[in-house]
Amino acid sequence: MCTVCGCGAGETRVEGDALHPHDHPHVHADGTVHSHSHEHGDDHAHSHGDAALEGAHAHVHTHADGTTHSHGHVHAGDHGHVHRHADGTVHSHVHGGEHARGHAPGVGGDLDYGTGPARAHAPGMSQSRMVQIEQDILAKNNTYARANRAWFDERGIFALNLVSSPGSGKTTLLVKTIEALRGKLAITVVEGDQQTSVDAERIRATGVPALQINTGKGCHLDAHMVGHALQRLQPAEASLFLIENVGNLVCPAAFDLGEQHKVAILSVTEGEDKPLKYPDMFRAAEVMLLNKCDLLPYLDFNADLAEENARKVNPKLTVFRVSATSGDGMAAWLDWIEKGLEAQRGKRAESVDALKRRVAELERQLAAK
Amino acid sequence: MHEMSLAEGVLQLVEETARRESAVRVKTVVLEIGRLSAVEPESLAFCFEAVTHGSLAQGAVLDIVPVAGAGWCMVCSATVPMEELWGACPVCGSHQVQATAGTEMRVKEIEIE
Repeated sequence: MCTVCGCGAGETRVEGDALHPHDHPHVHADGTVHSHSHEHGDDHAHSHGDAALEGAHAHVHTHADGTTHSHGHVHAGDHGHVHRHADGTVHSHVHGGEHARGHAPGVGGDLDYGTGPARAHAPGMSQSRMVQIEQDILAKNNTYARANRAWFDERGIFALNLVSSPGSGKTTLLVKTIEALRGKLAITVVEGDQQTSVDAERIRATGVPALQINTGKGCHLDAHMVGHALQRLQPAEASLFLIENVGNLVCPAAFDLGEQHKVAILSVTEGEDKPLKYPDMFRAAEVMLLNKCDLLPYLDFNADLAEENARKVNPKLTVFRVSATSGDGMAAWLDWIEKGLEAQRGKRAESVDALKRRVAELERQLAAK
Repeated sequence: MHEMSLAEGVLQLVEETARRESAVRVKTVVLEIGRLSAVEPESLAFCFEAVTHGSLAQGAVLDIVPVAGAGWCMVCSATVPMEELWGACPVCGSHQVQATAGTEMRVKEIEIE
């Protein structure tokens, strides 16, 4: 409560468990556009533009029963402006710029007023204050990634994120992998590049659906882009989903796309010390493919040293030595994919069984009534 | 690495909070950046200044609090300090060290008015 005038909280509505936040822009009386977060089941989230917020801006509330009311808006923890409109009510708030400035949020939903230096919000007093955020910088991406991962798990889809520097042979490796597996399982591919759809066309030539994402100025794919790709591609249940990330050994390491595994590809025409030079990527990956091994006789490349360096960075790394061109070593890699997909299908079977049990239980309850 | 997109991520979190609090200006932004994280503080500060131009956080002081690296050495069964993500255990020299601290990249708090 404010220690000067004693004003307190108005009606605060919090919907805590927003897994799929979705922003809706609202146009206010003064013309500013403002967006609110809503929970929308399985909808994919989009971020909309938001104009600068200066001074007070009014929301008008009209409830289902026809009453219109306004109230002081209190900001607690990280609730944002989350409203559920499932019952069809139209709801909004009055935000007082001057009024709310004296309110500091407590952590974990506690309301604590007057924690600013002046412990007040009377006009004219200093209102500089600290607000705890305590959020990971990548929180937004990670939320999208969790949604993607849940989507894959529910459908028993095995998703791999292939990362490497440009020119390591990712696309050729993908083409060969697809050619070997397409008779046995459904495959869908997402291709990430700054420009052109050359890679997606190469993949489509093998007969599997592929979608190109051009990142423009971006140096990596993010989980939001992949979420959109999923909506477009609608990969089959219990299928293999391959994401070829932008050729870059640095940035894609930090961006979880919701995949089951990152697969790093290192070619023998690069240096053995690459895992030491770019440790983040080799640490983030579960599997490393040492590609172009057919060229080893012509190169001064120590494959054992390369593996040793990679394991220094990531002791748990699984390494396959392959040549996409000659096909050597590919069998072990293909076998690893098939085993992974089997495990992922098992997850789906488990969740389907759980749902069936639940349906049977509900039907029994219904019959008893 | 992608300091520009990280700076945009920081600004997004800062602006969301500042608006929720009806702030007119953001004076300070405090980040916790681990020494083992994939962030170059100097580069992040440079990008932050660029992306905040014209926003509520324009001119805000960026305070980067470094967090020391630490890891669990499986051979020593002990927590040891880590200088580099791929570094060896300073006690036994083993590389079987799992980072336990110093990989964070977080917006800790902001000062607004």
